[in-house]
Parts: sequence; C-alpha cells; structure tokens
Amino acid sequence: MERSSALIGSIFLLISISCLINPISAAASGSGEGYSIAGRVKLDNFVTKGFGLGHSPKLSETKVILNGGQRTTFVRPDGYFSFHDVPAGTHLIEVSSIGYLFSPVRVDISARNPGKIQAALTENRRALNELVLEPMKDEQYYEIREPFSMLSLVKSPMGLMIGFMVLVMFVFPKMMDGVDPEEMRQAQEQMREHGIPSISNLVAGRS
Amino acid sequence: MEARFLLGFLLLLSLSSFAFAIYEDQVGLADWHKRYIGKVKHAVFHTQKTGRRRVVVSTEENAIASLDLRTGDILWRHVLGKNDAVDQIGLSLGKYVLTLSSQGSVLRAWNLPDGQMVWETDLQISNPSNSFLHVLGNVKSGRDSLSLVCNGGSIRAVSSIDGLVVWKKDLSIDGLKLKHVFQPPESDTIYAIGFIDSSLIALYHINAKTGELLKHATQASSVDLSSEISAISSDSLVALDTSRSNLLLIKFMAGTITNHKLPLSDIVQDFSGLAELIPTKSNDIFVVKTPSNVAFIKVKGDNEIELIGKADEAGIVSDSLTLSEEEQAFAVVHHSNNAISFQVRINGREALTEGIKIEDHRGHVKRVFLNNYVRTDKSHGFRALIVMEDESLLLMQQGEVVWSREDGLASISDAVVAELPVEKEGGVSVVEVEHTLLEWLKGHMLKLKGTLMLSTPDDMAAIQAMHLKSTERNKMTRDHNGFRKLIIVLTRSGKVYALHTGDGRIVWAHLLTPLLQSESCPSPSVLTLRNWRVPHRKALQENPSILLVGRCGAGPESHGFLFIVDSYSGKVLETQILDHSIAEVVPLPLADSSEQKLHLVIDHKLNAHLYPRGSDALEVFVREMANMYYYKVENAKEDIKGYAFKKGCSTGSSAYCFGTRELWSVVFPSDSERIVATARRKINEVVHTQAKIMTNQDVMYKYISKKILFVATVSPKAAGGIGSAAPDDAWLVAYLIDTVTGRILHRVTHQEAQGPVHAVVSENWVVYHYFNLRAHRYEMTVIEIYDQSRADNKDVMKLVLGKHNLTAPITSYSRPEIATKSQSYFFTHSVKAIAVTTTARGITSKQILIGTIGDQVLALDKRYLDPRRTANPSQEEKEEGIIPLTDTLPIIPQSYVTHTRQVGDLRGIMSFPANLESTTHVFSYGIDLFYTRIAPSRTYDSLTDEFSYVLLLITVVVLIVAILVTWAMSQKKDLQEKWR
Repeated sequence: MERSSALIGSIFLLISISCLINPISAAASGSGEGYSIAGRVKLDNFVTKGFGLGHSPKLSETKVILNGGQRTTFVRPDGYFSFHDVPAGTHLIEVSSIGYLFSPVRVDISARNPGKIQAALTENRRALNELVLEPMKDEQYYEIREPFSMLSLVKSPMGLMIGFMVLVMFVFPKMMDGVDPEEMRQAQEQMREHGIPSISNLVAGRS
Repeated sequence: MEARFLLGFLLLLSLSSFAFAIYEDQVGLADWHKRYIGKVKHAVFHTQKTGRRRVVVSTEENAIASLDLRTGDILWRHVLGKNDAVDQIGLSLGKYVLTLSSQGSVLRAWNLPDGQMVWETDLQISNPSNSFLHVLGNVKSGRDSLSLVCNGGSIRAVSSIDGLVVWKKDLSIDGLKLKHVFQPPESDTIYAIGFIDSSLIALYHINAKTGELLKHATQASSVDLSSEISAISSDSLVALDTSRSNLLLIKFMAGTITNHKLPLSDIVQDFSGLAELIPTKSNDIFVVKTPSNVAFIKVKGDNEIELIGKADEAGIVSDSLTLSEEEQAFAVVHHSNNAISFQVRINGREALTEGIKIEDHRGHVKRVFLNNYVRTDKSHGFRALIVMEDESLLLMQQGEVVWSREDGLASISDAVVAELPVEKEGGVSVVEVEHTLLEWLKGHMLKLKGTLMLSTPDDMAAIQAMHLKSTERNKMTRDHNGFRKLIIVLTRSGKVYALHTGDGRIVWAHLLTPLLQSESCPSPSVLTLRNWRVPHRKALQENPSILLVGRCGAGPESHGFLFIVDSYSGKVLETQILDHSIAEVVPLPLADSSEQKLHLVIDHKLNAHLYPRGSDALEVFVREMANMYYYKVENAKEDIKGYAFKKGCSTGSSAYCFGTRELWSVVFPSDSERIVATARRKINEVVHTQAKIMTNQDVMYKYISKKILFVATVSPKAAGGIGSAAPDDAWLVAYLIDTVTGRILHRVTHQEAQGPVHAVVSENWVVYHYFNLRAHRYEMTVIEIYDQSRADNKDVMKLVLGKHNLTAPITSYSRPEIATKSQSYFFTHSVKAIAVTTTARGITSKQILIGTIGDQVLALDKRYLDPRRTANPSQEEKEEGIIPLTDTLPIIPQSYVTHTRQVGDLRGIMSFPANLESTTHVFSYGIDLFYTRIAPSRTYDSLTDEFSYVLLLITVVVLIVAILVTWAMSQKKDLQEKWR
C-alpha cells in the first residue's frame, strides 16, 4: 500500500507572527488515492456585537462543508477540522457559522505531486499559507435602533408639524410688527370692505 | 422636473435603508421558527441521579440530538451531512456521545452537556459495510476506556478521550463478518465472534490492550446463518438461519465452539412464517418475534431451551434493558384503534401493563425504547420513547403521554396554502372594547418608551410578551390583510398537517394512508398535494379543499389514489382508488361550476385522466382542449417532449380519459449534454405591467409567457459534484424553451461552468446559480427577455392613427422576435434552494430568496440582478435606481429573512402573497420550519407596527392646545387693540 506524506513548505505569514505555523498538511491515506485536508477555524479575534441576548455564537455550531455539501464536518473545541480520503483535484471548502461571514476557500490537491496542497480564499484571491480560516467580517442580522435624539423627534412628521406651529406662533407676530402701521390699517380697511380676501386675491393683488 | 426630483428622492430613501430588516425586539412579531429532529432510529438514555435527565437520539434525517426527558425540548442538535447516515450511537465515560456514521467509517464524540464535538476519527475502512460499535465498559487501559468498531473482518480500538486508534486488527479472512464482541468482567481478553460466508462460525481471542490475536477457532455451522444474532450469556449466543425458521445455539467455551440446531416450531407451538430475533444482552434469555406473537425463551443447561413467556399479539418489542444481574426487561407495545397497550416483561414475565389513549392520527407504533427509573420504594418504574408511524415521538410514563413531538414535520415533501374561514358577524361587548382600548394604549405607551430608548429591561420583556400573545394574529379566521392563512404540508410518512401562519401551531393533522391500506392498495404513499377548490365567487358556501394524490405501490405502474380533504377541518370528503397509474398531476387554469379546479392526471402510458369527474368539468375541458399542452422532461433519455391532447385514450373508453399526441421534441446530444435542472414560472403568478420604461423614456415590452421552460444541461464529465471535473471538460448550457411550440427562445453556453444548478423563473426573467470552475466561485446569471415585435408601439402617431398592434391577440403560436439582456455576477455561497417573492398584484418589486449553505434564507433585491447595471451609471440611470456594477452580489446581513435562526437542512422556500400588496409570506422548510412575512419594498400601503400612535396623539393634543392658546391670545390682543 502506497503511503507517503508530505508537508508543503510554509512561508511565514507577514501579518500574523504570533500564531502557530502549521502548514497545510496532506497525507495519502491508507485507502485508495485519497488525501486528507486539515485546517483550523479561528473565531477568537472577533468580538461579537450584534447578537441577541443569550445567543452567543458557539464553535459547536460551526460546520465546515466540502464542495457545496458533499461532506460536512464539525470543528473541535480547538478549532481544528479535517476531511479524509479526498481525491486529487480542486475543491471548495465553506464554513458555516452563524454571526460570521467566511470566504469560501479553494483547495488544490495536486495529482502529479502527491500531497501538495494549495489554498486560496476565493473572495479576494488571497493565497493561504496555512489553512487557518478566519471570518471576513461578523454579521449583524438586526437593525440597530438609533439612540433617542431630539433631532430624530424633530425630523419626524409630527415634529415638523409642531415646529411649524411654533414658527407660526412666534415668528409671524414678529413679522407683523415689522409692517408699517399705515399699511396695516389700509389692509384692515380693505378687509372690511371686501370681506376676508382669499389667497388668490392676495396673490393677484400683489402682482 | 419636480416629479423626477421627487422620484429620485424616494429612491434615495428606499436605497438608504434596505428593504427588509428588523430590530431585535421585533423577533417573533411576524415570524416563527420550529425545530425538529426527524424520525428517531436510535435512542440512548442518560438518566443519572444528578443532573438533567436526557435522551440522546439519532434520526433518519441524519440528525443527532439531546432531548430533555422531562419536556422533550431539544438541548442540542447537529445535522450531519447528506451521505453521513448514523449507524449507531453510544455513551462513553458518561460524558461523551459516540456516533458511528458513514457505514462505519467515521466515529465522532460529542460532549453530552453542550453538544460540542470533541473529536472525530476517520477509521479508514476500505470497504464500508455493516459495522457496529461496542463501548468497553470496564476495561481500563490506563485511565482511558476503549471503544471497538467492528467492520467486516477488522476491529479498531479507539480511545474515548482523544479518538486516537489505539490498535487495529485486520483478521484478513475473506467473507468474515464479525457479529459480536464481548469481554468478560475483569478480563483483558476480548472475544469476537463472526460468521464466514454464512456457513462457518469463527471465534477470536484478542488482547484488549494491544490488539494481539491470542487464539482463534472456527467451526462449521449446521445451518445457513442469517445476520441476526442475539447474545444470551458470556459464552453463548443464538443465531437465526436464512430460512428464518430455525435457531442455532452457539456455545464457545475454552476456545472451542459447539452449535446446536433448534427448529422454532419445537419451541413455539403455532409457529409459521418468518421469525425475527430481537437483540438482547446476556442472561440466558432471548426474544423471538414471529408474525403472530412474541416469544421469550430461556436457555437452560446444555442445549435445553424453554419457552418462559409469550405475548400473544405480535407487537413492537424494545431492546432489552438490564435492571440487575438477574433481570432483563423488555417492552412490548401493541396498537389498536386509538390506544396503545404498553407491556413491560421482566425475564419474560409480565410486570406491568398499561393502556394509553392516543390520538388516532398517529398510526401504528414503529419503534419503542425502554428506560427505567427507581421509585422511592426501590421498585422499578418504566418509561418508554415511542416512535409512531407518522414519525412523531412520544414519551410514555405511568400510563400517560408525558410529551409528544411532531417530528414528522422534519420531512416535508410538499406544501400548499389555504384560506381560513371568514369571520362570522357578531357584536362585541362594550366592556371588551374598553378593555382592549386600555390594553392597546398601554401597549403603545410601552412601545413609545421602547422607541425612545427609555424602557427598562422589564418593559422590554413586557413588549416581547405582548407581541407574542397578541391574539389578533392567532385567530382562526381570515383577516383583511391576508396575514392569517393555513399552510398545508405533506410529510414523507404521508401525514398532512395544517399550520397556522400566526404561530405555526398545528390546526389539524391526519395520517391518511392507513385509511386505504387493503388488498387492492398494499402500500400507499402520498406523492403530492394540490389546491382542489378555492372558492371566491360562485361557491362561497363551500369550504376550500385540498387534493392529495398518491400511489398504491412502489413502481410507476401501480395504481393511484386520491383524497379530497376539507382544508378547514382536515375531514376527508372523498376517497378514490384509481384504475390507472400516476406519473404526474397537471393543474389546469380552469374550474368547473362548483369551483373545483380541473386537474389532469397523466399515467405512465401518457394518457390524461380528467378530474373532477363531472359533466360540466368535461364540458369546460373539451371546450379548451385545443389550447392545452403538456410537456415532459425525461432526464434519463435526455429529451423534452411536448404533447397536445386528443379524444379517446389507449386504455379503456372512459369519457374522462384523453390520449396525447406528440407535437415536438427537443433532444439533447447525450455525449455532450445532460439535463441537470429545469424551472418554470409559477402558474398563479401575477404580472402587473408588460411595459418597462427605460431611462431614455423608451419603452421595452416584457416577453411574458407562462409557457417558458428553463432547462440547464452540463457536460457529462461535469455532472458529478464540484472537485470532480477539470475546467476544460465542463460547460453548462442554459435554454429557454417555449413549451407550446417547442421553440428554443434563447440558448447560452457557459464555458468552464458546472452544476449544481438552481434556477427561478418569474415574469420575463430567469435567474440561475451555478459554479464557475475557472474562478472557482459560484455565479448567478440573469436573463431578461423582451418582446421585440411590440417594440415599435411607442410611436404616438401610430397610436393615434390606430396603426399599432396593441390590440392584436397574444398567442403562443406566434413567433415573436425576442431580445434578451443578460449579466452574470459572482455569489459567495453555495445554494440549497431558490425562490422569488410573489405579491397579490405584482406591483411590488421582487426579491430573490436564496437558501444558503449555512441554512439561512437571504432576500436579495432583483435590482442587484439587473442586466442593465453598468460600472458608471449616468445621472438618469441613478435616478431610476440602477446600482453601479460590481462583480459580486452583496450579502447584507440585515437582509437575511431568517435573522439569527437557521433552518436545519434547508430544502425548500415558498413565497405566497398576502392581500396587502406590499407584503408576502415566506415559508422555508428543512428539518426545521421558519415562517415570516416580508415587504420587499417596505410596507408602503399600511402603517407598520413601528408606527407610534401615542406620538400622533400627543401631537394632536399639542396642536389643539396651541390653537386654544393662540386663540385666547388673539382675543386678548383684539380687545387691547379696541381699547386703544
């Protein structure tokens, strides 16, 4: 039985120095031509905000899915997962975890060069030196209520109505003050003569 | 210009806030979510004295779950992959649940309290077959306990702590199938017993710590062995032969094997038929189930056996339960009419018999799992989990059903919508009005506090509670907005449930197949569900009803049957066993005088049978027959054929039977194309307008035809899943076919693309999702179809002069020139299901409902899938709402209609309109059910629940006060003026 294992050379991630470097490992397993894909899901760097009370996302609810549902596995408490007996070819790994958006990962298992595995995020084509899957961003499923502010109250239709009222109450008398008393008297006389003028009259009179 | 400005403003408004999003405190206001597990096939009880009592179950839906034994609630649940069926479950170290799945090749351990997976081991089994798990109880290798997985002729010992394979032993003998493994207490030797090619019995002694083979022996058997065995003591077991009428008692002592044949008829007097051996655990007793009874048999001394107990009616027998060293208990359950008789037998003697009344819609008992508890007086009490024919799960204790779970709802196969009864006229008392008014005001005060962010957590809880108990939404009557409806679902077991959209409760449920079971209909199974009568004009006094169609046997030639069920009550109105088979049911857009919808049942010989049977139905159909077409997609033959109907059929001379005549066929080249998906428009979809006004004031006419069929084919090499094909071998061809004439309206090839394809057709467009191998990402493509023959109708002069063809009849026979517009976008996730929102009049903009791999439902605006999106839209285009082109479709978390919920193993999404044009119901099902109402263009036609009536009241009061004050002020001023 053919049995070989190979580790691909690992290049240190420029971004994260602190984390352990464990290169994507592949091993031709005992049965047939299959290889193993092992990796890790990392959630710890993400602080969850938009989550309901009592539903904090758990690693136990996180699934890792190969090729759109051909196989499903779950992650261990330390975040590791693995698929065994995967044939050579180009595969797709997706992570389903409520509250996070993960990019699918393209995994190439070379047939000519047994055990050589390459991985890249499909969303931004970033190559992965190790199969550590981190969420692209966390997902907030609920709208966040705007905190109470006077402005939002004023901007509401009711607020506008009250505002207009206030304007009429306090600003119009002031405007009336500016009017010449003579003109005012004239206008009042006119009013007495013709009754209350309609707006159209006023407009016609002005122009 | 102003109008345009206003339009732009409105669009800006609608763009700035996404169409569907809810606040956290609105959860449960319009939506409900129900979790199920499916039909239970294994159960392990965990009833320690301390801590929560629970039962761990695995189901045929590949779910494993831990249920609270007191309430039946799910403590945790995991759904394994599609091909990862659970073979066996066990408990280890008292804190881990072990599951053996994928035909014995994957062993996983789950933490019992919270369901976290602890470890997973791939056992690398070369040829997966029936395998079993044996958790060694008392062997300690170090502090660890071992679990043995036997598969064929190999044994693997797995450490329970970290899942590492401690040792493995391949006995490498052809045809060896290990049957039983046991370990005597305080011993380091494991005994493994197996059969070789059903004629030899083999025994192996294996060192438990190292896996070293110590000794082995084989012995020819006197009968042909079947696979059923029962271990009865530390040194003997009983096997059944292949004729299922003889027993073989096998003893293995000191490395030698003896076997002894015992005909069953010697033990059980009136034995006939085929026997079944119930697996037990030691103590010299075994149980044989025959068609007519259940026998408890004890082994005495050498090759002597004795019948110690007999339960007369054949019932369902549980596995044995060890009470003590001496005592073994079994549960035997019989079912008669609407009662269950539950009997516990200890060592074959009857210990307890209880009769329990049960709803008659649950059918027969299918499985029973027995568990005991110690009463305060040190005697044994028993409880049992019972799985019924409708796949529901009951816990029975002290002659009562403690809880029941409707787990049949985890396997919905079809669903339709029905209306609720109209509310009866009746007075409402004044007291009630005052009371509700007060409540109403109080509620709105609370809501105001909520919106002003002034509420305390207590208030928040009160708001939530108020939402949930709101009686308005759970009424059993029709409402003005069309929010309250019945969702009628059909499950795999053939049970029909009516669910209320308000809270998802079961209004009625019926298991119909037992009603039919007879000589003429041996194994009825329901296939599909249709609306039979939807009264709205003529037959208002009639209740709406549902048609259920099924088959009497497994093959496509077996006879069909149909039921007509009242959708208010679930009462069966009509039952009929048909004299022909059923291949497909085609609902027609016609109805007879009593508003029963016409259906054609197509049989496997391509004859069409008309239902309902009635002269007026026949008359209606014959009148319209020339306009009726039928098409059939044959995946195996790679072709699509179109048919018309003609009078007279090939079988029989019934007036209701019509023949078919082939009109056209589309044959796909089988060496390069294989059909993977088809989709068509919903038959009852409403389109508001045919015209679409472009940015430059031009008019395009949508090509709207109910007869469009979308077909996707892929290259045979790419027909497997992702990862199996190279980009160069893969292509995907999308067709749009007119099913009346067989004309291919449009054909497009996507190179380097493959399935799975999910498609949805609506109005004049189709959206489909597939995998792009070159980019290694999923893509969604939209194709919109426009009618070019009507394109020159926009000339006003022509309209005035009457030289237009607007009044020309639209016919499916014509071959209008069509134009298509298409665009592709990347999409992040795999898709499990796809649907489109439907509204009452089709005015509201559409959203595409996408069931993602994460079991969530995403509502994606159709505007994102507009083929006219360009990288730099002009000002006019922006005003029209065209979004700048991006290569990827956005995933906005707030537009997940399922918010933080997941619909486990999502299989289908259904959208049906409410009476309110802005709103649509969304029902998605898998193992779980999720229902909600969404408004794709926000609720523009009614006030939302968010609307603050109190703020309105305050404003009105303030305005009145202000008017009074100004009035008083002006009076005063007038007076002063006059005195001046």
